[in-house]
Amino acid sequence: MTTDTKTKPAAETLTMTGAEIVITALKEQGVEVMFGYPGGAVLPIYDALYNSDGIRHILVRHEQGAGHAAEGYARTTGKPGVCLVTSGPGATNMVTPIADAMMDSIPMVVLTGQVPTHLIGTDAFQECDTTGITRTCAKHNYLVTDVNQLARTLHEAFLIAKSGRPGPVVVDIPKDIQFATGTYVGKEGVHKPSYHPTTKPHPDAISATVDLMMHARRPVFYTGGGIINSGPKASDLLRELQNVTGYPVTSTLMGLGAFPASHPDWLGMVGMHGSFEANNAMHDCDLMICVGARFDDRVTGRIDAFSPNSKKVHIDIDPSSVNKIVRVDIPVIADCAEALAAILKEFKSRKAKKPDLKPWRQEIDIWRARKCFTYANSDSVIKPQHAVERLYELTRDRETYITTEVGQHQMWAAQFYHFDEPNRWMTSGGLGTMGYGLPAAVGVQAAHPDALVIDIAGEASIQMMTQELSTAVQHRLPVKVFILNNEWMGMVRQWQELLHGERYSHSYSETLPDFVKLAEAMGGHGIRCDNPAELDDKIREMIDHPGPVLFDCRVEKAENCLPMIPSGSAHNEMILGEIKGDEIGEAGKGLV
Amino acid sequence: MSDGSTATPPAGNPKSAYFLSHEDEAVERRTLAVMVDNEPGVLARVVGLFSGRGYNIDSLTVAEVDVNERRSRITIVTQGTPHILEQIEAQLLRIVPVEQVIDITKSKRGIERELALIKVAGKGEARVEALRISQIFRANVIDTTNESFIFELTGASEKITQFVDLMRPLGLVEVSRTGVLSIKRGKEKG
Repeated sequence: MTTDTKTKPAAETLTMTGAEIVITALKEQGVEVMFGYPGGAVLPIYDALYNSDGIRHILVRHEQGAGHAAEGYARTTGKPGVCLVTSGPGATNMVTPIADAMMDSIPMVVLTGQVPTHLIGTDAFQECDTTGITRTCAKHNYLVTDVNQLARTLHEAFLIAKSGRPGPVVVDIPKDIQFATGTYVGKEGVHKPSYHPTTKPHPDAISATVDLMMHARRPVFYTGGGIINSGPKASDLLRELQNVTGYPVTSTLMGLGAFPASHPDWLGMVGMHGSFEANNAMHDCDLMICVGARFDDRVTGRIDAFSPNSKKVHIDIDPSSVNKIVRVDIPVIADCAEALAAILKEFKSRKAKKPDLKPWRQEIDIWRARKCFTYANSDSVIKPQHAVERLYELTRDRETYITTEVGQHQMWAAQFYHFDEPNRWMTSGGLGTMGYGLPAAVGVQAAHPDALVIDIAGEASIQMMTQELSTAVQHRLPVKVFILNNEWMGMVRQWQELLHGERYSHSYSETLPDFVKLAEAMGGHGIRCDNPAELDDKIREMIDHPGPVLFDCRVEKAENCLPMIPSGSAHNEMILGEIKGDEIGEAGKGLV
Repeated sequence: MSDGSTATPPAGNPKSAYFLSHEDEAVERRTLAVMVDNEPGVLARVVGLFSGRGYNIDSLTVAEVDVNERRSRITIVTQGTPHILEQIEAQLLRIVPVEQVIDITKSKRGIERELALIKVAGKGEARVEALRISQIFRANVIDTTNESFIFELTGASEKITQFVDLMRPLGLVEVSRTGVLSIKRGKEKG
């Protein structure tokens, strides 16, 4: 597709309808899969799609599902996810995925239909101010009012979505523009002069970073989703740099997989539900090199006690992330891969003897020896941690992709499922969107039809987007939904236990559906397991089933997700064993 | 921000300055000239950033300044701690159609001007006094009736405020101000 348009002479002008311009532009951008839902204001585009080969359209059951599917697709392929929805409710249903993609820096192009231009502002049927509504939650948005600007706008949208700090871009296309005839222009030469993200690091920042590294006795790499966004090369460079330096590595939730969890210098995840060793290393380090992370409040804990004795280097492509939460000594504004390559080169060129890291490793080993993820297993009831551990053991040798919903199960997945490769882990980190996992799994499976794609879910989250199982069945996307069913909105219940005197207000999952019957009703396969002895066999049954599966894994109801940094506390004040109820001070109670 | 209530440094002598106890930082006033592509919604993006992230706008002016290049200049007067001001600038630059942010206050070459239209009504001695003061301030009279004047006054914001204060006992009726405009001295652009 791409080669077709490239071979055409640039001077040749192509005249076509706005709807055809949309399809042509998508093909030129290399779009192979899109997620959408038709409606009145996008019918011309759907009509153009009807006559077109080369783009697979996945019809979802709710527009929010299209958005999360596009996010999952984008996260696993590195290419922008594309969705197509109608005006009004189609667009407003997309707001959550747009905000989600913005928070997690996921490249996405959202095409929304709009009422014809002469009806805009009249409160027409299915009209809403889409650009107004999405302005603050998208990286950029457009309302196209001239068909001759449509192709250029679409190419610009792709450029903005995937470059710099990636994010969602909305293109709102009125119906009359879709019908109108105009000129198509190719993507070559399309640019936005006001938009010029910095990708190459400043040499002074690199040499200052390496200066610090030459004297660091207690260094740590704190890595994040920016490495995944930067592409597989950034992960390779991180591994190489780690290999040369021997520094221990921790990562945010979003960055899992950039550094192999099987590596001996892997500390585990950092933050509220991160590992004891990672959080203590962050607290006690003398040099923190932050690569593509943003000092989120889930990571830092109490800011005024955050890593008090370290020098901090912050590599980020977005200057606004630097010094936003934590003041750093050396900002490196650059793409992660570029910065890592430059640091690697500079570090290798310095011949002076580097400090011995053995005492630091020994200290870390003492923290490791606490085995912070230990839990009391049981023969009679399935522990959720055990369920994820077994899932990991039984799927680790396959090409497996994991998505999650949001809550306790998400944290257990991050703690007990281990990733050695980037782009294998899709989760809603910043916005924390329940309902993300199943549609994201649909998007991931669309990108990797033969891989094993599992949504590790909770029984509450899954009910926010269960309808997308039907999408999976229709499009033969054999996603597996592994529900850790504890009959509670577990994280809400845990916070109520911690903060609100065990008054469990509206956090019990009453009148749960029979997930097995629900799966069957939707054309999928249902499995239930409540016996630890049968767990392995049933997980194998799930893996071997050729179609979509809902796995209702009945787990211990009162299990808390530990370890935990209570809100308002510092990295070295983790709760390890069990919750007593007095961990959170008055200041912490007001935090989220 | 989650700091604040307990912004005490941890034990030991920290080598880097990380406890951003923002409360201790003084609030400063800052004039920013924001150069933007004049496209639909650009003002809403800029203003929405301020309201969405809880920043202040004391004054705002906007107009297209380059018709051929469709470039507009937005001058914003804002307030905040140095940390917040740094964030404001960085966040503004995240907006796709924002090309440049010029810090007028930080520059020694910055000039700020405002224009005001001031209506004063009165008779007798008050009316004469109003006219006399307007001459001291080099204001123009752009409309007059037997019982009123409209003065046009250009200058620094403080000068306009001072003039308005002086007019108050003399029959001040109404004030219209443009908000602050800014530019830098010298031959260079930006």
